[in-house]
Amino acid sequence: MIAIFGIFLLTLLVITAIAIVRTDNLFVAVMLMSIASLLIAGNFFLLDAADVALTEAAVGAGISTVLFLSALALTSERERAKSSNKILSFTVVAAAALIVIYATFDKPRFGDPEAPVQTHVAPWYLEKTPEYIDIPNVVTAVLGSFRGYDTLGEVFVVFTAGIGVLFLLGSGVPLGSLPREKINEGLRHHLIPRVVGRVLIPFILLFGLYVQFHGEYGPGGGFQAGAIIAAAIILFALLEGEQRALSVLSARVLLGLMAFGPLLYGAVGVAGIVLGGNFLDYSVLASDSVKGQQLGILLIEAGVGITVTGVLLSIFHAFAARGR
Amino acid sequence: MTTLLDILSWVLLALGGLSVLIGGIGALRMPDLYTRMHAASVTDSMGTILVLVGIMLQAGWSLATIKLIAILLFLLLTSPTSSNALASAALLAGTRPFEEAGQDDEGQE
Repeated sequence: MIAIFGIFLLTLLVITAIAIVRTDNLFVAVMLMSIASLLIAGNFFLLDAADVALTEAAVGAGISTVLFLSALALTSERERAKSSNKILSFTVVAAAALIVIYATFDKPRFGDPEAPVQTHVAPWYLEKTPEYIDIPNVVTAVLGSFRGYDTLGEVFVVFTAGIGVLFLLGSGVPLGSLPREKINEGLRHHLIPRVVGRVLIPFILLFGLYVQFHGEYGPGGGFQAGAIIAAAIILFALLEGEQRALSVLSARVLLGLMAFGPLLYGAVGVAGIVLGGNFLDYSVLASDSVKGQQLGILLIEAGVGITVTGVLLSIFHAFAARGR
Repeated sequence: MTTLLDILSWVLLALGGLSVLIGGIGALRMPDLYTRMHAASVTDSMGTILVLVGIMLQAGWSLATIKLIAILLFLLLTSPTSSNALASAALLAGTRPFEEAGQDDEGQE
């Protein structure tokens, strides 16, 4: 039954992908990309990867759509007429597709118990997580503790991406210097979205915090929570105008958050060294090694969440400031 | 009792699926944006309520039901709002409603 659902979703995904390539209206393409993300998220969920599905739905279908739309506001809606060599591009695409299809022949069958992913370190993680860290969600244990280095790298990737976008777009003209009529008022004159938005935003923020701090027990964690909290504040900015969103969290504060996350993560790692362990070894953070691990994961997840929120909101404001 | 609940839940699920299907057909067949939104709203309202209540009957009194109620509330709040925002955005952008015997029957989409 699940296989049927999976094949159905993947077929829809292929149709969506073809539609994205075929359309020359960029607005339509952005909406289709959002649908594609949602379909992939559904597929991840079918494969029991709830954490990844949550991230894909929040970032892929939610925030990147908003970012694409704000980028579209700066350019035109139509794709520029193509004048490239069609035969050349077809050959390149066909060759790449053939290589990918050839590579899949070496992949183990779906769910094969002999596959490297089932026999390498995964059994050890599953077996040792209750003993070393004692949290139910093994994904968080792997991400936060066993593979803490990788996650540190990811946080720095997010941070670097944020810095890169801000370098390209500039962090925006200070809003105070703009004439009143140029300031984007959002949907302030539209009563219904505003009222409903006001009701929903606190709950979205609450859900974000739940996802942040419940990551040890269920699907969730810093990446997802950061995206959800950023989405709540972007919704606020869309409804009430960026001016008011920036007076809640100013661009300077957002820059601070962006940098504070990796710093917190790194500081937890260094604290491990200072207290006599290895870098990113949380066992020494508390008198009991299991408690130390849990504390370390809580802190680094907070760092991840803070970075993701800061970066996403900074990028959003950078795009929005360019629009004026 | 369980059989009764099962039957009821399947009836609700089937009706929900039917309303989603009707909404989809309407969204394809209707002449302009506003009537299409009107058709698609069947998916949002009837489809969501029927399918979610059907699943709730399957879940029984458990945490899952509470979560489904929360999802239902969220959807009942957000989908009319987004329809309203979409319609007013279309009106602001100058999309005229479809009129019988008008020369421009696809509107300005």
